[in-house]
Amino acid sequence: MTQVLVIAEHANGRLNVSTAKTVRAASSLAGAEIVVAVFTTGGSPVAAQAAQLAGVTRVLEVTHVANEHQLAATLAPQVAEVARPFTHVFAPSTTFGKDLMPRVAALLDAPQLSDVMSIESDTRFRRPIYAGNAITTVEVTAGTKIVATIRTASFEAAAGGGNAKVESVASVAALPAHTRFVTLAAAAADRPDLQSASKVISGGRALASAEAFKLIYGLADKLGAAVGASRAAVDAGYAPNDMQVGQTGKIIAPELYIAIGISGAIQHLTGIKDARTIVAINKDSEAPIFEVADIGIVGDLFTIVPELEKLIDASRQ
Amino acid sequence: MTNPPRRILVAIKRVVDYNVRIRVKPDGSGVMLDGVKLSINPFDQIAVEEALRIKERGGADEVVIATIAPADAQSTLRNALAMGAQRALHVVTDGAHLEPLAAARVLLKLVEKEQPFLVILGKQAIDDDNNQTGQMLAALWNRPQATFASKVELTDTTARVTREVDAGLETLEVDLPAVITTDLRLNEPRFVKLPEIMKAKTKPLETLPLGSLGVAPDARVKVTKTEPPPGRQRGIMVKDTAALFAELQKRGLV
Repeated sequence: MTQVLVIAEHANGRLNVSTAKTVRAASSLAGAEIVVAVFTTGGSPVAAQAAQLAGVTRVLEVTHVANEHQLAATLAPQVAEVARPFTHVFAPSTTFGKDLMPRVAALLDAPQLSDVMSIESDTRFRRPIYAGNAITTVEVTAGTKIVATIRTASFEAAAGGGNAKVESVASVAALPAHTRFVTLAAAAADRPDLQSASKVISGGRALASAEAFKLIYGLADKLGAAVGASRAAVDAGYAPNDMQVGQTGKIIAPELYIAIGISGAIQHLTGIKDARTIVAINKDSEAPIFEVADIGIVGDLFTIVPELEKLIDASRQ
Repeated sequence: MTNPPRRILVAIKRVVDYNVRIRVKPDGSGVMLDGVKLSINPFDQIAVEEALRIKERGGADEVVIATIAPADAQSTLRNALAMGAQRALHVVTDGAHLEPLAAARVLLKLVEKEQPFLVILGKQAIDDDNNQTGQMLAALWNRPQATFASKVELTDTTARVTREVDAGLETLEVDLPAVITTDLRLNEPRFVKLPEIMKAKTKPLETLPLGSLGVAPDARVKVTKTEPPPGRQRGIMVKDTAALFAELQKRGLV
């Protein structure tokens, strides 16, 4: 019997959409029983949110005073405590899951599969290596407990409308005191979240200054889009690091991706190749971004972007 | 009685150089490695640099580099020594492939041998992209982990580490000893000068056969096929902004 434990990612009383995507991934295991584990201090609305995800059979709310901050050092022993009966333990391949799951795997003496992009069977999975330039199929020996992180860009979110039972247990795991949360300097939240937005507008090195990067924000706000940036733009200080799109930043799969002044280094393309429609605006007709773009235009972004904004405005009048 | 030396252990991995565009073997058995340039994993180079900076500020007495690799990877260790580390440990694998959990067990043996107050590693190796070994070592060692570090500040007994997370920048305080994994913006590694390369040739380098450490390779995960990623079709080019807008409208995107 396939039993999957999905570790919920949440913050500020809200379930992260990465959890729904991980549940959807778990649903591709035939006949699996899916249990979502939510680690809270108790009385959180997150367990009820998880219970609504289609395909979830049960929600396990594990409470402990240490769960105010979701730290790998204190979560891992609690995950290991509840993971024993399960055949698979999944979490999203976000910085949350990437930090936590190897610690869990080591405690469980289980191998981990990172960034799973498709599930072929209970024991066979596909995952990218070399920044997505090769895709491997891996087979795990039958009977081995499997810990995995799920590449969220490869799965849709599970639908709502479910009504799973919520069970609450107080954790009795011995938790270390050696790791303490200090602060979280959160990114500005007045725009859609980059990881889950349906439209993303990204700027690159060609913007040439943080001031000019505001052009990207302007277009994004017109389209209700999230804002991203290439590594070059982030390294140059035009945009903050949490906006970085690419293998070393965020891997995204929006409906529309507009790359403005981004040449398209391989590590950037890795982060966007699951986007439905890619639009490239670049003055260099030889830029590699055009090799993957669905719609390309060669020209000066400082002319094209304002023109595009005017056309959008005009179409709405 | 003198205090034991305050030591940082840095684990590095030799990988295909990040500038190489890798190619998948036509028979699907893996990635072509013959004649391909190999280098220290870029995140690990940042780890070496961070350890050296801590030592140069007086925060450590010694930086020890470790790798788990075939015998011919010694030059990678020498490169790290040329950056300024004092000595190196080479766990020689001779063809055995180690999954991250087995690698973490090997590193734990080295930790027990060297008693470092800090272990620094890259957050992931750019070949297998696993992003696991540092966290697994921290779990096996039962010590704190601070992953994806973009800033590290040390006291005698703690490290305050700023981490690059999806939500922004998170700061943790961890008790030492601890494991730190590096992100790209932690530092910019130094260039190695020729005299340093010469000097590194005589620095101590200890080889340890994998078998002598009592860690068995883990055979539970097998790669059965390696394929190139599905390509994207090249799309259309439009001549001006009006045509771009028309195309976006046609597809219902604006």
